Amino acid sequence: MSTLVEVKNVTKVYKRDTMEIPVLQNISLDVPEGEFLALMGPSGSGKTTLLNLISGIDQPTSGSILVGGTDIAKLNESALAKWRSNHIGFVFQFYNLMPVLTAFENVELPLLLTNLSKKEKKQRVEAVLSVVGLADRMDHYPKQLSGGQQQRVAIARAIVSDPTLIIGDEPTGDLDRKSAEEILVLLSRLNSEFKKTIIMVTHDPHAAESAHTIQHLDKGELKSN
Amino acid sequence: MKILKLIYKNLLRHKLRSLLTIAGIAIAVLAFGLLRTVVTAWSYGVEAASADRLITRHAVAFIFPLPYAYKGQLEQVEGVKKVSFASWFQGIYKDQSFENFFPRLAVDPETIFDVYPEFILPADQLTTFKQQRNSCIIGRKLAEQHNFKIGDVIPVTGDIYPGNWEFTVVGIYSGKDKTADETQMFFNWEYLNERNRQTESFATDQVGWYIIQVDDPNRAASVSEAVDALYVNSPAKTKTETEKAFQQSFVSLSGAIIASMEVVSYVIIGIILMVLANTIIMAARERIREYAVLKTLGFTNFHVVGLIAGESLFISMLGGAVGLLFTFPVCQAFGEAFPTMFPVFAVQPTTIAMAVGFSVLVGVIASVFPAYRSATMRIVDGLRQIG
Repeated sequence: MSTLVEVKNVTKVYKRDTMEIPVLQNISLDVPEGEFLALMGPSGSGKTTLLNLISGIDQPTSGSILVGGTDIAKLNESALAKWRSNHIGFVFQFYNLMPVLTAFENVELPLLLTNLSKKEKKQRVEAVLSVVGLADRMDHYPKQLSGGQQQRVAIARAIVSDPTLIIGDEPTGDLDRKSAEEILVLLSRLNSEFKKTIIMVTHDPHAAESAHTIQHLDKGELKSN
Repeated sequence: MKILKLIYKNLLRHKLRSLLTIAGIAIAVLAFGLLRTVVTAWSYGVEAASADRLITRHAVAFIFPLPYAYKGQLEQVEGVKKVSFASWFQGIYKDQSFENFFPRLAVDPETIFDVYPEFILPADQLTTFKQQRNSCIIGRKLAEQHNFKIGDVIPVTGDIYPGNWEFTVVGIYSGKDKTADETQMFFNWEYLNERNRQTESFATDQVGWYIIQVDDPNRAASVSEAVDALYVNSPAKTKTETEKAFQQSFVSLSGAIIASMEVVSYVIIGIILMVLANTIIMAARERIREYAVLKTLGFTNFHVVGLIAGESLFISMLGGAVGLLFTFPVCQAFGEAFPTMFPVFAVQPTTIAMAVGFSVLVGVIASVFPAYRSATMRIVDGLRQIG
């Protein structure tokens, strides 16, 4: 399998006033295509920061990040936005759905940036909502759905534009055991059936067991399992 | 689903807040429209002034009269087409209340309607006016306000010209267009002068001012100079100016009031800007995490700015439209309540354009700060924001 994500000697330092806070130190990581990787580690270890860098919503202080051969650290803001819309699907801990939009409209959001016809958009949205088992809830607003259902809508939104990489930041962190299990099954299915590469940050060892590979971060350094 | 739909749905998120903001803007635009209409109505005379009319008055001040004998001499000046004259009579009708005030002028019946062609009077009524010494002609609005009809006698108690006066209405004039003042009363100057002779008044054989109609408006300046040159060594020197300049000098007497009204109208715009800015800043702050999510999904700063500015513009323009819609009936009612104070009280196209322009401007300015803040926000900082 070819390497989809190449993180090379990445360092991230945050600046607060005159103080410099190192978060990641000289990290290198390769993620093959079709991988399901879990990143674990205590709070403040830099898991989310590494995820943000890989997904192009933050920039490294030094080093390079190649995703599908593109050095995303070299892209400007608008190019990066376009790249994210084409290549990355996000699943957040707190779902982050638009409360004023229905499940259908939330899933449709990433497609507004494409040139697909109205009919094609509709077909795609309905297809992914069926994949996550919410075909009968597409007209419901987030507040009318349970936490697990909201996260499934978020997953549908993440996969609707057929991204190269799915990024999950504690996707089960706000769910009860049963709902968390359903989400993990769904992610595993996306990985095995739809061949999606997934990088997921989690605190939960049980959630991490769904992944093929587990990497541990501690104090900004990567420690292989 | 389109971005516009998201703007619309965001508006409905806090219905009461949006409604109150729109209502606030509507009331402010209404107040702005009313004030601007008062300001423009105040100076309507300046706008309505004819380019081919000059006013000759006493050089010292308007209150000093000029000899009637000047009339014949003025008619001989090159470029003068017609000469008429008028005197401010004032007097008291019923009482000194505001609603019973209207301009009462002693005029030359032979010429007054020639130099003011915008006042339309039936020929038979004009003939009677010329023949009957104690007759008067009144404007249509004045007749409607006091229910005066032809044949009615209007009693007036004199103040500048003492005594009891009675004027018989023999005609009602109407304006050629909306800018013509239909609130005046004209009576025969001879009737006034006759009484002045009897009482040996200071104003005997004197007129208030001359109205000169010129052949060519382009020669107004040279005719004015020629007229004033005639009386440069006379005890009653003259000052001749265009009717527009003459009217402007009256308006400038109320300059402070008008200026303060103008300032208040702009302050109102400032207030609605603050109200809307406050609403939009609150809304944008509440949604900062959502904007970060949109950016994460690939939406650009342009989209985020569009969402914020679009909502701001929608509120300001809707409020402006509602306010403008109510401005027309309110101004109409206001004008009808004070017909003699504001002979012409209509919402001007410039007022409408200003209200629309300010609505757009306020919408844009109110969104600048929250839009800038959201556009420059780092995604990771926005995602950390708690709702």
